[in-house]
Amino acid sequence: MAKFSKKRGKSSPAISTASLPDIIFMLLFFFMMVTVLRDSDLKLQVNTPEATQLTKLDEKSLVNYIYIGRPTTQFQSVYGTSPRIQLGDKISTVDDIPLFLEQHKVKLPEAKRSRITSSLRVDGEVTMGIVQDVKTKLRKSNQLKINYSAGTRTDALD
Amino acid sequence: MAKTKTRDRMNNEINAGSMADIAFLLLIFFLVTTTIAEDKGILVKLPPWSDEEPDITKLKERNVFSVLVNADNQLLVRDEPARIGELRERAKEFIMNPANRPDLAEGPKNAIISLKNDRGTDYDTYLAVYNELKGAYDELWSELSQRRYGEPYSEEMPFAQRKAIRDEIPMVLSEAEPTNFGEEN
Repeated sequence: MAKFSKKRGKSSPAISTASLPDIIFMLLFFFMMVTVLRDSDLKLQVNTPEATQLTKLDEKSLVNYIYIGRPTTQFQSVYGTSPRIQLGDKISTVDDIPLFLEQHKVKLPEAKRSRITSSLRVDGEVTMGIVQDVKTKLRKSNQLKINYSAGTRTDALD
Repeated sequence: MAKTKTRDRMNNEINAGSMADIAFLLLIFFLVTTTIAEDKGILVKLPPWSDEEPDITKLKERNVFSVLVNADNQLLVRDEPARIGELRERAKEFIMNPANRPDLAEGPKNAIISLKNDRGTDYDTYLAVYNELKGAYDELWSELSQRRYGEPYSEEMPFAQRKAIRDEIPMVLSEAEPTNFGEEN
């Protein structure tokens, strides 16, 4: 009994919160480092398929993204329901691709330009016709390094 | 006297109590906007554009592993229907031809995989087929690398070793201009 009352009597000192800002700042810097501010709002529904033989794209600045998919419900009244291409933040046609590639290219130093990769983020349910048109345009624009964006598949094929 | 007064005031510390709040605010902002999106995918090198179609009729039939995908997402491998699941094993057997069969490739250096799809093929199916064909090569490279260097094939290997393996089993995946029978959507 005496023991307990003794303990209760000794009020525990408050935990010092002086180092809290430092901890928060540490977390803050971590998130600032890993953050990539999303530059474009997706107007299309894009669910990339899954695959196993994947390669990681490391240098983000050397990648440009081409989205192909059906417009999301809120944009269907404007763009219809058939698959469309999105470059940057606007819905485009195949003919806009060379200009889009050029605009990305001029931002990069000359030495790195040969390593530019186009990442095709294509919805799984889109048919190959539009994808083929994009591929042909990329070949004509001499942008030959491409990446079919895909998620990781864990289950086996049938 | 006045001087000491100002110095006294300067000794006052800035109240850092609200620092945590400010940092929290920033932290929450970055937490919300963060997308730790890792972009992964199947890396492909397209052939340069040329106006004339490559002529594959000159190739020996035994060296060509033709894969056709129609608008109903059905596969035709070497003129027979096939499933995607068996594609990888068949491609591997075709490339290496371990039993020296007369109807499979003369050797890995001669083997050519020809992929042709329809404009109405689903992208899902196309990518699954492409994945299996690439997987066949990846597995063969890994096996060869394991035998020769005792480690699986990876991008971290010395360039000379990777090149030696890729020279031994070059990846030749030719994509023909797609047919246009199916319905596009």
